[in-house]
Amino acid sequence: MSLTPDQIDRIASLARIAVGPAEAEDLRTQLNRVLALIDELQSIDTTGVEPMSHALEAVLPGGQRLRPDAVVDADRRADFLAVAPAADAGLYLVPKVIE
Amino acid sequence: MLNATLAELAAALAAKRISSVELTKLFLARAAALNGSLNAFVTIDEERGVAGARAADDLRARGQAGPLTGIPIAHKDIFCTRGMLTTCGSRMLANFVSPYDAHVVERFAAAGTALLGKTNMDEFAMGSSNETSHYGPVRNPWDLQRVPGGSSGGSAAAVAARLTPAATGTDTGGSIRQPAALAGVSGLKPTYGVVSRYGMVAFASSLDQGGPLAKGAEDLALLMNAMAGHDARDSTSIERPVEDYTRSLRLSLAGLRIGLPREYFASGVEPDVLERVRSAVAWFESQGARPVEIGLPNTRLAVPVYYVLALAEASSNLSRFDGVRYGHRAADPRDLLDLYRRTRAEGFGAEVKRRILIGTYVLSHGYYDAYYLQAQKVRRLIAQDFAQAFRECDVIMGPTAPGTAFPIGAKSGDPVQMYLGDVFTVPASLAGLPAISVPCGFDSRGLPVGLQVTGDHFAEARLLGAAHRYQQAHDWHLRVPKETPL
Repeated sequence: MSLTPDQIDRIASLARIAVGPAEAEDLRTQLNRVLALIDELQSIDTTGVEPMSHALEAVLPGGQRLRPDAVVDADRRADFLAVAPAADAGLYLVPKVIE
Repeated sequence: MLNATLAELAAALAAKRISSVELTKLFLARAAALNGSLNAFVTIDEERGVAGARAADDLRARGQAGPLTGIPIAHKDIFCTRGMLTTCGSRMLANFVSPYDAHVVERFAAAGTALLGKTNMDEFAMGSSNETSHYGPVRNPWDLQRVPGGSSGGSAAAVAARLTPAATGTDTGGSIRQPAALAGVSGLKPTYGVVSRYGMVAFASSLDQGGPLAKGAEDLALLMNAMAGHDARDSTSIERPVEDYTRSLRLSLAGLRIGLPREYFASGVEPDVLERVRSAVAWFESQGARPVEIGLPNTRLAVPVYYVLALAEASSNLSRFDGVRYGHRAADPRDLLDLYRRTRAEGFGAEVKRRILIGTYVLSHGYYDAYYLQAQKVRRLIAQDFAQAFRECDVIMGPTAPGTAFPIGAKSGDPVQMYLGDVFTVPASLAGLPAISVPCGFDSRGLPVGLQVTGDHFAEARLLGAAHRYQQAHDWHLRVPKETPL
């Protein structure tokens, strides 16, 4: 199947990526090429085949480990906030959300 | 020294024929001189390299040196390094200095290596040519007009040009093996879960796996001894007894059953590549190995499956880049949505955006079953192909890539052409299998050809052994690229 310009807008909106009108058409062409590639999967009969979500199931039959829900890391809030584009008083700053 | 193996460098350091500071300065000087034409490094950190080397020399003076102590190394710019930029090849992380080290970075620091810097890569590891890097394409040392492969192209080019004796890489669908093949070096993608992903910027978490690049397989084995092992901070890191990856370097090839998949020796592969790979297989046969024709019937589906699953996972993983906690942030946002949308439009390059959008689409309401779930089912068929094959053979051999290094720009206009080049590397990734690429000759233009050897889960030592035996009888991996003579 082929994506329409409206669908491109919708996907870009879901992905939170601004797409200008100038790039939208080229993007649509490229995405449709990729979709044509993956559409080949539609014709494969997978009746009775269980989905394989992870290579790990082959090597770690128990699946992913869970650790006890306990604090193990040191408090490094200042280090992590130091790389934020905008932070103040121990908080990340974003534009006003509630009027 | 520039063309020495890691074992030779370790011996020279142990015998005090050279200090780590001298060795590290030798590589730093070469990297500084050649990086302008190759663009293999995003960051060269002379100060940190020399400090690491000095610490290694001190360790040795105290009698505490290990096999890699004092050896210079470069990390792919996807591994977080405390106090050094980690850009992941993206504008999004152009200013990002990680507050912590990746597990792999910690391991190599603990082993006493000297960190030269960080290598260039396709943006967020999304590419097979290193052309998607925000920091410009990496050039192949065998022909500066050609790509070195990707996404670990900076690491592969740096090792090929002898700017570093060893480098780390990551492989989601071939990103260690394919650049190793195109640049004429050796690279190993370990079994999924063997190397911790902690501190490795995530692309597709069910596939991403770190591994080493170096000239030869013996070097890779020594590097694996440092980088593999359990890490509680990665929930997919496998707990198993510590392995010595050098233990099978003297592997007997007599009776080794080599699976040759029909689908890998087919049309669509450049004749020179097929010829070189066949001649490598013939050498193994001359040593007593037994070729077995096998089938991997779902091979042609591996690329479509991969580009559904990897892109779905990428769209989720890359949602973290929102301009709030780290990295690029758009100026003067109107509101929160505008902040997200413009930050991501400005911070990501074209290929990364395409992949996020496809991934978003295949996961979106109404399409999930048709694309994502269906791809997961076909993924199982591909894994079952390998399980069946390993009942008939011990290792699988074939070309790493269908062609040799292509000219910069040749495929960048059509993403699908680029993706189809991953046909022989994505299957092992989907099944979580280990696979190695080693140089096995040159095509008629003098460009390196890679032989891929794939094994069953946890068969790294056997792959390294087979590759090392081949490299004891051939010197392809020790040839120095003509554009970067010693």
